[in-house]
Amino acid sequence: MAYVAVKGGERAIDAAHAWLAAERRGDTAVPELETAQIREQLGRAVDRVMAEGSLYDPDLAALAIKQAQGDLIEAGFLLRALRTTLPRFGVSLPIETETMRLARRISAIFKDLPGGQVLGPTYDYTHRLLDFSLAANGTQATAPEAEARDEAAPRVPDILGREGLLEADGASAAEPFDLTRAPLTFPASRDARLQGLARGDEGFLLGLGYSTQRGYGNNHPFVGELRVGEVDVEIVPPELGFSVCIGTVELTECQMVNQFAGSKTQPAQFTRGYGLAFGHAERRAMAMALVDRALRAEELGEARTAPAQDAEFVLSTCDNVEATGFVEHLKLPHYVDFQSELETIRRLRGNTGKPATSLPEAAG
Amino acid sequence: MNTAAPSLTDEHPNRARAEWMGLLARARPAELAALLEKAQGLPGYVLLRGPETGLVMLRGRAGGGGAPFNLGEMTATRASVRDAEGRIGHATVAGRDEAHALVAARLDAALQDPARHGALKATILEPLAHSEEQRRAALARRAAATRVDFFALTTQR
Repeated sequence: MAYVAVKGGERAIDAAHAWLAAERRGDTAVPELETAQIREQLGRAVDRVMAEGSLYDPDLAALAIKQAQGDLIEAGFLLRALRTTLPRFGVSLPIETETMRLARRISAIFKDLPGGQVLGPTYDYTHRLLDFSLAANGTQATAPEAEARDEAAPRVPDILGREGLLEADGASAAEPFDLTRAPLTFPASRDARLQGLARGDEGFLLGLGYSTQRGYGNNHPFVGELRVGEVDVEIVPPELGFSVCIGTVELTECQMVNQFAGSKTQPAQFTRGYGLAFGHAERRAMAMALVDRALRAEELGEARTAPAQDAEFVLSTCDNVEATGFVEHLKLPHYVDFQSELETIRRLRGNTGKPATSLPEAAG
Repeated sequence: MNTAAPSLTDEHPNRARAEWMGLLARARPAELAALLEKAQGLPGYVLLRGPETGLVMLRGRAGGGGAPFNLGEMTATRASVRDAEGRIGHATVAGRDEAHALVAARLDAALQDPARHGALKATILEPLAHSEEQRRAALARRAAATRVDFFALTTQR
């Protein structure tokens, strides 16, 4: 069926967008929100938009949140659209999370691990009671400080790995797959899966991760380690030929340790799932790690029975920019499509020779 | 860009340059601008490239130490200049601040001049390194305050 261009609606659309702008501003008696306020005071929203927009830039994410009136999926969409207008300068050297300057680092499997349990700025252990003192502006809060111990915080996989109890990271010299350059094909390699999950919808990943805990592809997870902090980003500009640091980013990493795999020839080992996210995003990193592990079912010789273990289902559905585009496009005019459906149903009903009121029989 | 290039060893001839480029890139633009006002003027320059904003694909490693994967992109701004003395300076800095990239490239050129290096090191690089050190130490102190000291409860019968 051909698409037929129909004009009309420009005036209505202009007025609708002007109203949207006024609604975005809200009551003008209330001071306008500055993007710096969003960046500084709504950091978790900024982090989520950067992750799902797949673009690390806190200022742009804050602007997108303002423009989208706090609709975080719309904001992520705005970042994705912007990135298509920018040239790619290159790729970073792989980030070494071991060198992270830690704000938070905990392990749920070792109490006394080298480097310690560092809680950082966390909502864990809060009572989830609304704090009405925040409603009265002018909050002054300072972070307590203590003398820092000069003690390394090795990665938990390295601690377990020394005894051979945990599967190794594995290595590959191949150039990693890039979702932004090539369409995803199946079976998808782990690098492609990790990229897809890293920018997947947090709610979707959370639901899938939860589904594995509920028994749909369970893999008995433990948080081996969760770390949040700042890492350096290095690139090798072609004009220099050596690596230079171009800045820092905040990341959250989750090492999930899961139940064993082994065989007659291979001693039993804990298996692993991995999560890495822009900003301070523990729920996202943990959910990603659960789903990453679930998607390794085939590789680890497990039956693929659950949605979280189905790479095609997970990766084709987890991108909320694609998902919202396809769901929301249903709002756009489908007059002609529907007209053809109408004609079909009228023909079907006409063939039955029954009156138009007897719907249930006619539908058969 | 080549991802296989190793990080610089101590003996690498470009190590000092890579270090100052990193310091300039990580600097807070406002602080860098303030330090520059106090420093002796930089030589004139012509732009060879940029300043222009683009993307760098950030890579992580599966499991934290395994095969690289593409995590997502970040914005970056780069500039290249040739100064009045013919020295070429380059900069790539995270974010979209063109003035930051331009100043970093001009300083990269000027810092290659043995006659200027000492003064610029003292007036720009050392203060930047100092404030970065302070920021990192403050982070470490705040983290240390949230470190858990476990103690065993006495069994009560």
